[in-house]
Amino acid sequence: MLDFIIRRVIAIVPVLTVVAVFIFLMLRLTPGDPAAVIAGDNATSDQIDDIRRKLGLDEPIWTQFAIWITDILQGKFGESFFFKKTVAELIAQRIEPTLALATCTLIFAVCVSVPIGVLAAYKQGSMFDRAVMAFAVLGFSVPGFVIGYCLIYVFAIELGWLPVQGYTRIGVDFWKFLERMVLPSLTLSVGFVALISRITRASVLEVLNEDYIRTARAKGLSNRVVLMKHALRNAAVPILTVIGIGIAVLMGGAVVTESVFGLPGLGRLTVEAVLSRDFPTIQTVILMFSVVYVVINLIIDISYTIFDPRIRY
Amino acid sequence: MKAMRRTLAALAAGAIMTAASAPVLAQGKTLRVVQNGNLTILDPIWTTAYVTRNHGYLIYDTLFASDANYAIQPQMVDKYEVSADKKLWTFTLRDGLEWHDGQPVTSEDCIASLARWGKRDAMGQKLMEFVAEMKAVNAKTFQLVLKEPYGLVLDSLGKPSSNVPFMMPKRVAETDAFKQIDSQIGSGPFIYQNAQSKPGERHVYLKNPKYKPRGEPASGLAGGKVVKVDRVEIVEMPDTLQQANALIAGELDIVEAPPHDLLPMLKKERAIALEDWNPLGHVFIIRFNHTVKPFDDPRVRLAALHAINQEDYLKATIGDPAYYKVCGAAFICGTPNGTENGSDILLKSNFEKSRELLKEAGYDGTPVVLMQSTTLPVLTNTAPVTKALLERGGFKVDMQAMDWQTLVSRRTRREAPQAGGWNIFHTFSVSADALNPISNAYFVAAGDKSWFGWPNDPEMEKLRDTYAKETDPAKAKALAEQVQMRALETGQFGWIGQWYGPGARRSNITGWLKAPVPVFWNIEKN
Repeated sequence: MLDFIIRRVIAIVPVLTVVAVFIFLMLRLTPGDPAAVIAGDNATSDQIDDIRRKLGLDEPIWTQFAIWITDILQGKFGESFFFKKTVAELIAQRIEPTLALATCTLIFAVCVSVPIGVLAAYKQGSMFDRAVMAFAVLGFSVPGFVIGYCLIYVFAIELGWLPVQGYTRIGVDFWKFLERMVLPSLTLSVGFVALISRITRASVLEVLNEDYIRTARAKGLSNRVVLMKHALRNAAVPILTVIGIGIAVLMGGAVVTESVFGLPGLGRLTVEAVLSRDFPTIQTVILMFSVVYVVINLIIDISYTIFDPRIRY
Repeated sequence: MKAMRRTLAALAAGAIMTAASAPVLAQGKTLRVVQNGNLTILDPIWTTAYVTRNHGYLIYDTLFASDANYAIQPQMVDKYEVSADKKLWTFTLRDGLEWHDGQPVTSEDCIASLARWGKRDAMGQKLMEFVAEMKAVNAKTFQLVLKEPYGLVLDSLGKPSSNVPFMMPKRVAETDAFKQIDSQIGSGPFIYQNAQSKPGERHVYLKNPKYKPRGEPASGLAGGKVVKVDRVEIVEMPDTLQQANALIAGELDIVEAPPHDLLPMLKKERAIALEDWNPLGHVFIIRFNHTVKPFDDPRVRLAALHAINQEDYLKATIGDPAYYKVCGAAFICGTPNGTENGSDILLKSNFEKSRELLKEAGYDGTPVVLMQSTTLPVLTNTAPVTKALLERGGFKVDMQAMDWQTLVSRRTRREAPQAGGWNIFHTFSVSADALNPISNAYFVAAGDKSWFGWPNDPEMEKLRDTYAKETDPAKAKALAEQVQMRALETGQFGWIGQWYGPGARRSNITGWLKAPVPVFWNIEKN
């Protein structure tokens, strides 16, 4: 197991190298000049050239890459072109809302989708099963921002139960924090619930047809024990896999959800950085997302051994 | 490794501080405002971005300011004198002016501020061409010594929009003009709260208790800046529909510029009122690249101007005639320099004339590259109108869609359109930036030193110089008209319609001043 973990950690290095080269080149090849954006609409070409020189953007692309990669290896993520803050400071400021949104969404999605997926499999062909499948199709098909706007209209504008937008930090007021997390988490979790519930249903259905389930029933075990102990545990590996994949979907969804609900998180920071061509910020945030994604998938891989003792690394 | 540790420590400490630090809760009356864009740069001399200019008006003060009738009035200045030969200007500051750190505002501060602004702003640069020396007479009095008379001294010092000559402490104003300042200390009516402000979330300003407003009533950007709320929060919300929702739900007090398609929805809300805070509005521009074919030929530029007409643009972009005005005045209808003489070419399409001019110029049918911005909603529809009208006028048009940031980068490129350059793009300007031939950057025709498109017309530059030196307002107005006529004769660029974007406020908000810039003094929250 330790060998496996070490191998996987080492494998992160080439992955991040590829990501770093790709994102650097992609940003430099994409049209758009941060100096022109910084200078504003009334700036002249000379003013833009001056700003470009100050930012080091007049250096050859390989020199810029060498400087950046050397800095990254020394743990220096650079300074945002726009915010006059280091990228590390910016990320520290923006990480809480994104972590909170991801955690609330993940907890809500798993708590809802796994039970309804198991129940749908158990009651295959019933109205409940059809309703879950219809919801899954709908959850996949309706864009997150539409769901967000509908929830806002009903719960914030019409009923006035919840705030329209904004974020309260968890350390400031926990209940206000929860109040402001409800709608964004619901919005972001709809697609996630659809994905997990559908996979849960399919996996559990497959397991329910296995001989050992028939044997368990023949032994007189209750449906609850059969479902939760025998069926769900054996169906867990594909469910865990899809949760891992879903984290990436969640990161993408956070960009839209944070924009709709005015959450000052990393998703919005990414959008702002991309729109303003804030190269140091985009590069660092994407590298960070890549690390998070690789690490989460490593954790998921390790967790397979808990649910399926046959899996050994 | 040490740097890595430091970075990780900064990340951890920042996250903990951010999570744990309880911001000072709003006390008294807090005005929550959403502006038209995110405030990322806090140096109003370093960038011309309007959100940064608005931030400047909150925390800084100006020597002069333009009132509701666009007349320049003293602001930080108590009195000023000009010598008989109009070459020596003496300014005396008001009593009791203080920076936010308690230090007095001095002549040296003002001289350093003007010097930095004069390196960045087009109108400032022009003023500095005429300035032989700026010298402090004493702590409260300083002088501008001019090489020759200059007609726009007060207009320059009271310039209402970007870059505004804001006064900063000398130690701040001595920052390299091409480097952002580190300090947010001003002498204006609000004090920026660095610790409570989080870029991307909100910027916080508290009322400056030591600010001494002028005695006159507030008028435009001039007069007494009396602050009637305790705190202003500039909330950053990128989604315009959410801005409207939050305003309706009472989570915001003011949305500076809701898009026109949301105005009918806001109008229906009883708790919301629309406010035409900027009566001058904005003006759309069509800009040609004078350095590459075919618009290097004035006949082709004129052909394009003959093909277009203002009303089509305004209908397609703004829609509701209540929010637009067909106006042939380059220097804005209803302002001292505003005249519509000679502007028929912009008001009515003449496709026959356009085709005739193209034939005369020998236009070979090579498609002209028209850059379309698709991310600024108000600009998105301008390019399709241009394409349709120019094609009817005999042009072939290759309209290329891109985001605004790509457009502003590409417009700096001077290559041929096939090699990544361009022929035409659209932009818009706050009308306050366009009130005279010096502040209106689109009129500069000095080749490489001109704004994008790089027109080169010595005759235009001569006219602008003459205008700048003219100190008689009546003669200056006549010269401004000549500048306008010259631009239309050479097809330098086109001003293709004025439009207005009202702000939206909760009905308990009163006292929003009419000015070219959204300002938050004088506003009451009842």
